[in-house]
Amino acid sequence: MTKAIFQTESSGFESGPIEELRSNHPEVTFKLFEPIAGPVQHVATVEVDRLVEFVSSAKDTGFAMFVDLCGVDYLRRDPRFEVVITLLSIDPPERLRIEVPVPAAAPVLPSISGIFAGANFYERETFDLFGIEFSDHPDLTRILLPDDWEGHPLRKDYSVGSVPVQFKEAYKTT
Amino acid sequence: MSETPDHTTGPVQTSITELSEDALVSGGVDEEQPDLHDVWISGTEEPAWITDATDEGAQEILSDLSDSALAVQRGTVISDDYVIDDTADEEERQIINLGPQHPSTHGVLRLQLELEGETIRRVKPIIGYLHTGMEKTAESLTFLQGATNVTRMDYLAPFHNELCYSLAVEQLLGVEIPPRAQAIRVLMSELNRISSHLLWLATQGMDIGAISMMLYGWREREAVLSFFEQVTGLRMNHDYIRPGGVAADLPDGWEEEVADLLVAIPEGVDEYEEILNENPIFIDRTQGVGVITREECLAFGVSGPIARASGVDWDLRKAFPYSGIDRYTFEVPTGTHGDVWDRYLVRMEEIRQSLGIVSQVLESMPPGDYRTEDRKVTPPPRQRINESMEALIHHFKVFTEGFKVPEGEVWQSVESPRGELGMYLVSKGEAKPWRLHVRAPSFAAVQALPMMLTDSLVADMIATLASTDPVLGDVDR
Repeated sequence: MTKAIFQTESSGFESGPIEELRSNHPEVTFKLFEPIAGPVQHVATVEVDRLVEFVSSAKDTGFAMFVDLCGVDYLRRDPRFEVVITLLSIDPPERLRIEVPVPAAAPVLPSISGIFAGANFYERETFDLFGIEFSDHPDLTRILLPDDWEGHPLRKDYSVGSVPVQFKEAYKTT
Repeated sequence: MSETPDHTTGPVQTSITELSEDALVSGGVDEEQPDLHDVWISGTEEPAWITDATDEGAQEILSDLSDSALAVQRGTVISDDYVIDDTADEEERQIINLGPQHPSTHGVLRLQLELEGETIRRVKPIIGYLHTGMEKTAESLTFLQGATNVTRMDYLAPFHNELCYSLAVEQLLGVEIPPRAQAIRVLMSELNRISSHLLWLATQGMDIGAISMMLYGWREREAVLSFFEQVTGLRMNHDYIRPGGVAADLPDGWEEEVADLLVAIPEGVDEYEEILNENPIFIDRTQGVGVITREECLAFGVSGPIARASGVDWDLRKAFPYSGIDRYTFEVPTGTHGDVWDRYLVRMEEIRQSLGIVSQVLESMPPGDYRTEDRKVTPPPRQRINESMEALIHHFKVFTEGFKVPEGEVWQSVESPRGELGMYLVSKGEAKPWRLHVRAPSFAAVQALPMMLTDSLVADMIATLASTDPVLGDVDR
């Protein structure tokens, strides 16, 4: 069994939006993930306070399509959370993954829904399931769970234990 | 009535049983007694009898809602950032809820519509009614069991879900997939695209009044599903494409079955185009309706046939080929107007292109194994278990603790019938995924509904909604 490799050096792309973005943002760490099958994946690790600037710069460089935004909870790691944004360039076809480490003490991120309108629902979902907040979001409410749900289920410390279900007819006898 | 509800001091301490007894004694509901329905919705009286009478634990969802939260749940308040036109006549404006129980919403989608007369001014999609926490479930299933979970998300395109998940796992595993398994995957997923588009055609026709389309569309889809049943044993939720290959080889005589489909479906599609293409009602109700521009598609992440109808020349099968699909020739149809009509044309052409791929697979199906030979991933054949201790151990390990997947994070996406279906998989080197995020194409399409619906007529809303082809199992996961 061969293992897929993570590299820190660039390879493959001499020009194109990725290279342009790299030269414009020397402070951002770029990684390259080369799977056995499938296209290489570019991963940029961006700090929280530089996120909006970097995302709008990526949009101007050619990553015009918003694809995805999700959270990951690495429980015993510091920083605990990570928000992963996936952008796409149509021509040439390239994909960019932006990983934003988010500390557990203050899980707050600037919203990118001003840059990509499509991030709106995804940020609500991440807030709903992880409790990561997005400042300047137009309507940061729960989206998948009921409004009065307690807790954020996709956090690793949220139990999956079962709750005994009683039905409407089961009145209290006391 | 012994206890009159006091609205100023607090909750009514009356249980359901007492209420019904009082009602029996007085021969009817006292006038001072608030209607039960009234208690439920008004928010000023605490619906205490609900919480007192039952012991439901986590189900008490209305017990401590604030007035504003209740108002949102009732649908009288839309909390978003759209601008209201104050010059419009107040009597013309009303808020209606479409769904969640409405046949045209294709599931349990709820749309809050603010209308001025017949015109929609604001739309708020409200989702989550089908949320079952499948991403959380995925974290407690092994990599081999995971395909059973993801196949239930987009239940109209189960093969694409399984394919995307399997490809993501295989990226981290680094196993080689035999050519026959890849060809079977392409065959099944393209047939699935056809069946999904046929179902879309049936429901789109029915939603805008062409009821006979409903019956016709299901007819050809049924033939495809019968083939799926022969191959996988199930009509839906197959769990056929798995990490490492597919679950079983194609059954004997599959060539004839597929050849029959390749004759029957084009005939059917021709017939449907004859019904719809020059149907003045269908044309009037679809052309220029539900328009979304190319830029809006990109900003909202809308992909698939909706984006292609708006002129985005984008297909993941061409841009990032997977499972050897670049060995087959096919065209990517695009539209120009981005309306319901163009989406109809794009999907009809996609059915034809998929039929072309299926016929190429039929001609060139390679011989060989249908799953990888790697014994860490695939259990050994039954014969080997009798002969070899190693094989028995591998078999035992695969099915008890599952195979371990090397550490890493991958993004994998496939072109599902609804657009870009992506999965972000995080493994920590264990037998279960640490995190599986599913990027659902319908989720993005539902989010973009306000762009398509604002300032259109209520009647057009149904046509537009049907044309986005949302699957709520995919949206809510």
